[in-house]
Amino acid sequence: MVLKTEHYVINVGPQHPSTHGVFRLRLTLDGEVIVDVEPIFGYLHRGMEKIAEGRNYTKNIPLTDRLDYLSSMINNQAYCMAVENLLNITVPERAQYIRVIMAELQRMASHLAGIGFFMNDIGAFSTPLLYMFREREKIVELFDMACGQRLNYNYMRFGGVSMDLPEEFLPALKKLLDGMPGFINEYDKLISTNEIVLVRAKGVGILPKELAVNASAAGPVLRGSGIKWDLRKNQPYSIYDRFEFDIPTGEIGDTYDRYAVRLEEIRQSVRILKQAIAQLPAGETMAKVSKLIRPPASETYTAVEGPKGELGFFVVADGSENPYRWHVRAPSLINLTALKEMLLGWKVADLMAIFGSIDIVMGEVDR
Amino acid sequence: MPSLNNFGEGLLRGLKVTLNHIGRKWITVQYPEQRLNMSRRIRGTDIIWDRESCISCRACERACPVQCISMAVSRGEDKKLKTDDITVDLGLCIFCGLCIESCPTGISIYLGYNYTNTTHRCSTFSGAKTGNTPSDGRCREIVRSNDELLVDDAARPRSGYYRPEISSALPPQTLLIDQTTYLEDLRKRGLK
Repeated sequence: MVLKTEHYVINVGPQHPSTHGVFRLRLTLDGEVIVDVEPIFGYLHRGMEKIAEGRNYTKNIPLTDRLDYLSSMINNQAYCMAVENLLNITVPERAQYIRVIMAELQRMASHLAGIGFFMNDIGAFSTPLLYMFREREKIVELFDMACGQRLNYNYMRFGGVSMDLPEEFLPALKKLLDGMPGFINEYDKLISTNEIVLVRAKGVGILPKELAVNASAAGPVLRGSGIKWDLRKNQPYSIYDRFEFDIPTGEIGDTYDRYAVRLEEIRQSVRILKQAIAQLPAGETMAKVSKLIRPPASETYTAVEGPKGELGFFVVADGSENPYRWHVRAPSLINLTALKEMLLGWKVADLMAIFGSIDIVMGEVDR
Repeated sequence: MPSLNNFGEGLLRGLKVTLNHIGRKWITVQYPEQRLNMSRRIRGTDIIWDRESCISCRACERACPVQCISMAVSRGEDKKLKTDDITVDLGLCIFCGLCIESCPTGISIYLGYNYTNTTHRCSTFSGAKTGNTPSDGRCREIVRSNDELLVDDAARPRSGYYRPEISSALPPQTLLIDQTTYLEDLRKRGLK
C-alpha cells in the first residue's frame, strides 16, 4: 500500500542568538527533509542608509558601529577609508598600524563569538561558548583601554584615529598574544576532533565552489568552499601588503570547513599582530583634516575584508556636508543568499548547524 | 559512520582540558564585593559640563549625532556669549564622545568616570556596621546616602576620554590578563 504524503510548511526560529526575533525561516518539509527554504527578515526597520543621508560625514561614524556590532572597528575602518578616498587624505603611518592592530583584534573577537555561537547552536553551550567569551573579554578590555567602550567603539576618524594608544596598551597586547596560540590549540584539541562535532558538521551543508562564487559569498563562507580569496591579499588596502600571513581555505565547503577556516584565521591574525607590533612606528596619529568636511562631488566604493566577508561602503558625495547616497555591502546579508543551496536536501536537525556556520549578525542584514 | 570509530576519545580529551583548568586563576569577578578598575578613557554614563570655562560656542550641540544636547545662549551686557540653559538628554545619548572632541576649549565638557547610576541596598543592613566578613564590607560599601548622590558637577568623577591631563591621574585599568584569584584578593584586603 502506498501512503499519500504531502509537503508541509513550518516556521523555524529565532534560534541563533543574533537573530533575536527578526529572522526566521519558512521551511517546506518532506518528512524531515528540507525541500524549500524561505528566509524572512527585515523587521529591524532601522533605515540606517537613509538616516546617514541626513547627517554629516563625521556623525555617521557612530552609525557604522551599529551595523555589525561584533566588528565595529572594521566597520569604522571601512567607512573612514571610503571618505578618505573621496577627500584624498593620506593617513599617517602610525595611524595605519593602529588601524591594522584594531582590525585584527576585532577579527579575532568576532570569530571567537562566531565559533562560540556555532557550538551553542549545535547544542554545546557551557564549555565552548564560555571559553570563547573568556578570551573575547580580554580583547574587549584592550578596546576599552584604547577608546573607552566595549562594543560600539567609534574610534577611527577621517585621517587617522581619535586618540593614540595609551602606554599600557602594547604590553597588555603582547601578553594577550603570548597566551592566544595556547588557547587556540587547546580549543582545537577540545572541539576539532570531537566525535559529536564531526558527525554534526563534517560533510553537512556543502556549498560547492561554483555556487559560492555565483551567490557572491565572501569571507569564511567562500574560503570554506575552497576559494582562496581575501581582500587583504588579493586587493591589498591600508598596509596589509607589509605582513606575512596565509589564507586558510576549506576543502569541500561543508559546515566543518567554515568553522575550521575561522579557527585558523584567528591564528593568522595573531601572526599579523605580532608583525604590526614589531613594526609600529612613532609619530602622528591624525592627518590634518578640517572638522566639517565637504568632499567634492564624486563617488567611491571602498571595501575591506571584514570577519564575515567583503565589507564595502558605497558613498556618493554631492559637495555638501552630507553624503548624497550611502550604501553598505554587508557580508552577512549576501552570505544568507547561499543559505538555500546549503540547506536543500538536509534534515531539520542539520539546519541549525548549517545556519550557525554562516555567522550572521542581524544588525548588518537589516540596515 | 567513520567518525564514530574512536568513540569516547573526544570525551576523555574534553575531560582532560577541564581538569587542566582546576589549577588556573579564576576569571570571574565577584561583583560587587570585587570590582575591576575601569578604563581611564571610559565613556561613562554621565556628561559633565563646566560652566566656568564654557565659551557657549555650541560646538558640542552641533557635533551631537542624536541631538541630545540643547543649549540656550544669549549675549550678556559685556557682549560675551553666555549659556542660559543647557540640557543633556541621557536617554538619547549614545556616549560617542564627539561632543567632547569638538570642544574648542578642551576643558568645558567631560564624560563621567562611572558606569552605574544604581544604588544597592542590603537587606540585613542596620546602621553603620563594622566587621571583617565580606558581607559586612559589602553593606558598608555599596549603600550611598542622599548627600553622596546629590553632588555638584565639580565633584563628579571625570573620565580621561580625550582629556590626557585627567587620564594620567586615574588608577590603571584592571585587566583580566593580569588577574589575581578571588581568594588572593580577599587576603590582600584583609578579609580572609
